[in-house]
Amino acid sequence: MTSQSSTLVNIQGLEKKFDLTGGLLEQITFKNGKFQRRQEAVHAINGVDLQVQKGEALCVVGESGCGKSTVARTVMGLLSPTAGEIHYDGQRIDNLSGDAVLPYRRKMQMIFQNPYASLNPRMTIQKTLEEPIRFHHPEWSELEVRDKVHEVMHSVGINPDWGARFGHEFSGGQRQRIAIARALAVDPEFIVADEPISALDVSIQAQVLNLLMDAQESRNLTYLFITHDLAVVEHFGTRVAVMYLGRVCELADTKTLFSTPRHPYTQALLSAIPKLEDDRPNHIRLQGEVPTPVNLPSGCVFHGRCPYANERCKQEIPQLIATDGGAQVACHAVEEGRL
Amino acid sequence: MPLLEVKNLDVRFAVRGGDLKALRGISFTLDKGERLGLVGESGAGKSVAAFSILNLIARPGYIAGGQILFEGKDLAAMSERELRKIRGNRIAMIFQDPMMTLNPVLTIGTQMVEAILAHRKISKKAAREIALEKLRKVYIPSPEKRLDQYPHELSGGMRQRVIIAIALLLDPEIIIADEPTTALDVTIQAEIMDLLLELCEQENVALMLITHDLGVVSQVTQRMLVMYSGRIIEQGSTKEIINDAQHPYTQGLINALPQMGEPGGRLFQIPGSMPSLKNVPTGCPFNPRCKFATEQCKREMPQYVRSGNVDVACYEVSNLIEQEKRMQEAES
Repeated sequence: MTSQSSTLVNIQGLEKKFDLTGGLLEQITFKNGKFQRRQEAVHAINGVDLQVQKGEALCVVGESGCGKSTVARTVMGLLSPTAGEIHYDGQRIDNLSGDAVLPYRRKMQMIFQNPYASLNPRMTIQKTLEEPIRFHHPEWSELEVRDKVHEVMHSVGINPDWGARFGHEFSGGQRQRIAIARALAVDPEFIVADEPISALDVSIQAQVLNLLMDAQESRNLTYLFITHDLAVVEHFGTRVAVMYLGRVCELADTKTLFSTPRHPYTQALLSAIPKLEDDRPNHIRLQGEVPTPVNLPSGCVFHGRCPYANERCKQEIPQLIATDGGAQVACHAVEEGRL
Repeated sequence: MPLLEVKNLDVRFAVRGGDLKALRGISFTLDKGERLGLVGESGAGKSVAAFSILNLIARPGYIAGGQILFEGKDLAAMSERELRKIRGNRIAMIFQDPMMTLNPVLTIGTQMVEAILAHRKISKKAAREIALEKLRKVYIPSPEKRLDQYPHELSGGMRQRVIIAIALLLDPEIIIADEPTTALDVTIQAEIMDLLLELCEQENVALMLITHDLGVVSQVTQRMLVMYSGRIIEQGSTKEIINDAQHPYTQGLINALPQMGEPGGRLFQIPGSMPSLKNVPTGCPFNPRCKFATEQCKREMPQYVRSGNVDVACYEVSNLIEQEKRMQEAES
């Protein structure tokens, strides 16, 4: 039970579909003298189980369209899951009513990718930072609110005297600091960061990553960190979940994953990172392209591009299975010892 | 004579309240078949540099001074008519976003044939044959079918391949690629970079690659330029710069990469951010962020000094080199 007691967020069998066809009338077509009903959906997440442990930074990586951002949004309650459950500290939260979920909203905060879009252009920084505090602590006095804003601005390295300025007066890196300050203002326990540094320049990325690590240490935060940048993951993550077409294909400690990737997709992904040392790119070439999540392939979603795929891979969906190395891998080839 | 020689190029943007100096006297060369990387953070002027070579900077931007010599002829002084004969023909360009580059209402084939017929007097049928050949060259599966497809029917990686095929249509001497893989995923990026590298070697085409990704630069290019606030602060052999950068900014840029830090430890960070073009500091543009900055750095822009196969514009580096020289003289 020890491992369970330290689980902060538990995602179980999560599925999310986005309907493409619209309402009932749009679904009905008249063909060959018969009415037919046709439904199409984007299968963004297809059964994801993840446990975020207290105090860790769980990184979710994958290429565009693999469902990593959808996982983040569903965990935060910004999207409702099609199937599956989300538990926070032992309590199921995905089916709670608006009022009942409020205390959890304070404990869970989110940082978005684009700091140019996530700050209200018509609000001063002071207002932006005060809003979540006033909402979650209506009983606080004016002075307490101001002190808190002062404290968070200071802690993210933004001069507290700049409160009267608007978002557009700041650079991208500063804006992302403000977005982080807004998340920290209500003293959360858990932060979902969806590509928080992708829109920033290299030298600014380092500043913001350092800030996130400082905040994790001083405030005892737990992160669910969504990114496509594997170099960042290697540096920042405690554990890594690699996603492909809405499923987790490998889950392991960061060190284990980067030293001995087991899943063929993870291997290809890691080999594709351009490294400073190589003179020549020498990466694993995958055949074909990522299939569309509208018509998912049968069996293992990766079989069409996998050099090790056999008949079983085309039929049966592989489950995450623990390997001797400590990693969990969803691959028949690994399970059978072919790889 | 180098294939392309840029001399003291000055590009400005005329805005209310005076000119913004986007490029301040940059000079570099590109040889036949050479692969040159242009790195820097957003706002450093790398895209402006690339665009100004073909005079693609739109008003209020203009070339305020300097020369762009292509085979000895100054592109900056050419008429639009003369320039059109070079643009897309002898010097081709690949842009960042493949969806924005292709016309959504024309088929791939129409767009390719159009580009060929703009420069060559051949039949449509012959042009189509060239288009097919180039599509094969960039490894597009079933190219005959693709010619009649629209851009939206292709994936992002396929679209970027089509764009590379279009760039190759007229067998150019130079390809300028502005962040060609930034909009793509890592696995696709690796494939596209492989392809560019292979084609440039095969056809002996010179490549000017603009990117912010130091990993890509180190894998693809032979020489690189590091830009900061409209100036080239360091240029030379890619290998030497990546392994042993001289300029404090380049050092900081490389050390700030997550792969350079201890996992879980803090990353090296350059304090502050790049100055906006509206208030560029006097002297070396990097001086407010530089830990070696002296009074001299704040007064005047340092000249280039040579260290190995690299030119660096930094007083700290030139002082170090002089010190070394004096020590060697003292020894002998």
